[in-house]
Amino acid sequence: MGWPRSIVGALQRLNQRGLAERGDLFLSISREYTLQRSVPGERHGYILRSFGANAYRSEAQERKSSIPVEIPVPYQLHKLSEGPPQHTQTTQDELMKYYRDMALIRRMEITADILFKSQQIRGFCHLYDGQEAVAVGLVEALTDDDSIITAYRDHGLYLARGGTLFECFSELMGKRTGCSGGKGGSMHLYNVKKRFYGGWGIVGTSAPLGAGLSFAHKYLNKKSVAVAIYGDGAANQGQIYEAKNLAALWDLPLILLVENNHFGMGTAEWRASKQITFYDRVHYIPGLKIDGMDVFAVREAICYAKEHCMSGKGPIVVECDTYRYHGHSMSDPGSTYRTHDEIKGIRQERDPINHVRKLILKEGFATADDLKSMDKEIRKEVEEAAAKAKEAPQPAKDALFAHIYKNDAALQFHGFVR
Amino acid sequence: MLPESSLVLGLSFEVKTETGSTATAQQGHELLLFEALREGLEEEMERDPTVCVIGEDVGHYGGSYKVTKGMAEKFGDLRLLDTPIAENSFTGMAIGAAMTGLRPIVEGMNMGFLLLAFNQIANNCGMLHYTSGGQFTIPIVIRGPGGVGKQLGAEHSQRLESYFQSVPGLQMVACSTPYNAKGLMKAAIRSENPVILFEHVLLYNLKERIPDEEYVLCLEEAELVRPGQDITILTYSRMRHHVLQAVKTLVSKGYDPEVIDIRSLKPFDLFAIGNSVKKTHKVLIVEECMRTGGIGASLRAAIMENFFDELDAPIGCLSSQDVPTPYAGPLEDLTVVQPPQIVFAVEQLCKH
Repeated sequence: MGWPRSIVGALQRLNQRGLAERGDLFLSISREYTLQRSVPGERHGYILRSFGANAYRSEAQERKSSIPVEIPVPYQLHKLSEGPPQHTQTTQDELMKYYRDMALIRRMEITADILFKSQQIRGFCHLYDGQEAVAVGLVEALTDDDSIITAYRDHGLYLARGGTLFECFSELMGKRTGCSGGKGGSMHLYNVKKRFYGGWGIVGTSAPLGAGLSFAHKYLNKKSVAVAIYGDGAANQGQIYEAKNLAALWDLPLILLVENNHFGMGTAEWRASKQITFYDRVHYIPGLKIDGMDVFAVREAICYAKEHCMSGKGPIVVECDTYRYHGHSMSDPGSTYRTHDEIKGIRQERDPINHVRKLILKEGFATADDLKSMDKEIRKEVEEAAAKAKEAPQPAKDALFAHIYKNDAALQFHGFVR
Repeated sequence: MLPESSLVLGLSFEVKTETGSTATAQQGHELLLFEALREGLEEEMERDPTVCVIGEDVGHYGGSYKVTKGMAEKFGDLRLLDTPIAENSFTGMAIGAAMTGLRPIVEGMNMGFLLLAFNQIANNCGMLHYTSGGQFTIPIVIRGPGGVGKQLGAEHSQRLESYFQSVPGLQMVACSTPYNAKGLMKAAIRSENPVILFEHVLLYNLKERIPDEEYVLCLEEAELVRPGQDITILTYSRMRHHVLQAVKTLVSKGYDPEVIDIRSLKPFDLFAIGNSVKKTHKVLIVEECMRTGGIGASLRAAIMENFFDELDAPIGCLSSQDVPTPYAGPLEDLTVVQPPQIVFAVEQLCKH
């Protein structure tokens, strides 16, 4: 059977031939996705990074200076016989990078908090501190060809996905130099070059849009996945279920990443959901639940999930058990529906940056003082970017009517003169 | 001046407050708009056990704008139902419940979220009384904050009144002061028809003295805010306050505008509006909807059709610009009608 010209063609032929031959058509598609296997390393029951995703993590580098890392919290699996490994490898450079990346996000969110309180940032501001491991682990496991889409808690992901501090702060302060020209705001951060699709205000939007991203990937024969991120609150939206069905029906390479921080604004997950697990909501889509505060767990799970999608098996759900230290947004104190002890406890026991810090200190890759000066450096970098963004100009007046349509320079607006 | 709009039980009102509506001078109690909404809600829930509130974070959290604060402790979790984030289904659920004898009030945390329930509201809620030949009534109230806020971003600055106005069977009202907020809330709950009550995200902290006695306003009536001779200014919701600001300047310049808060967005109170047009012969509409397809667009058509001979000038309409509301402060201010623009428009129209 020949390779179908397009997915649409394939579906038409499928309709004509009936269900019996369904496996055949889609098997031919999946063969295209399984790339050359790399030199087999340890057998994990699947080929780790067989698609050559992460160039920096070559076999040679790994053997040279890598240390083993345990992933203590066991994965919970749904319709999967074997999950990702409970241990992985890392290097000094990698650890320092993860520390720095997460500390940068943490410091940016703390700065955003201060800026909001001094009214430099207005409107709604949803902070990501506590959830840094998800952003950093996710981006580590993907390539620049993969697409990411999330909801309104997007500052951390924007930064992790290659956005600059200056553009982020500019956007938050509504300046011309912002990534969306100052017209989007906190909930509308985008980066087209890095395939970061934002940044959406309506809960649940990311899943159908993410299905669309993955549909385009498949249609255009790209060897990449789309990751649609949503929360435990969003999981009860009908459109999530619809997107899951579409993705499963057409074997779209979609990773549905649930950032389960256990609260949908003021409503705890058990008060909003009959079933409080999100990775096993749908019996025909496999899923796994991981410790979202462990950057290695996230990385391994996404690698595993990408492999799953790339081998043509369709969508997969990855539920990350994570936590947000701030309230839902800056308008929510975050303490009327949970206790300060709970927040403090999570900070002490499960903080994602502390986890990496402990590893660095244990392996002797840096001293506590080294990390402290790195923190200082990061703080300086973030505050400088914020100060620079503060000085940046506001959007020009004619930005108001720009970008309503593409090529809209000739569009004229009539009406009562004001 | 006794406003045409208030059905007051046994008391006459004389003194105008700063916001332009009337209340007794010494009696009454002062409160904020969100508290007035809560008072109306509580009174109706005490009066009728079938009245219940359905929405996100309305119960234990007390409402994201504190409208239902403290009510779950008083009325229980069933009557202040905290829903999952599923607007389409819980709005549908409320409509189904309304069909069978309950009187639910659906709160959209932001009106924009109710776009997810558009099908339920347009197809199921508005049409059923008609398509069933009168067998079913849907005494539902759908309420929530909408409008352009303070840099909330495009998706949280929607004006849904322009999208819903074509749906037959729906009634739409917009409150603008604590006094009319409470009165309209009570009227909406008591109405047998589906009513959408548009609150505004920036008006919740308006303070006013309202009567202690119970009062219910009429859903279909407009409110005469300021009588005048020169021009009729029709407005509603937040723009009422921008208009009143502009009126201060206009009065000092020697103009005498008549300000009517139309309150009822569907159907329009053409009786009150017509009487005013016959007096002043000039109309300016000031609204927050976008220019295209907004309430102003429909109102212009209605006035032109019915009162063409009374008009000495084309109907002026100041609306928000046809753009997604930008986040940047200065751009957002350009989007919405500002008082100096209202002054300018009145000056232009009064030249006729």
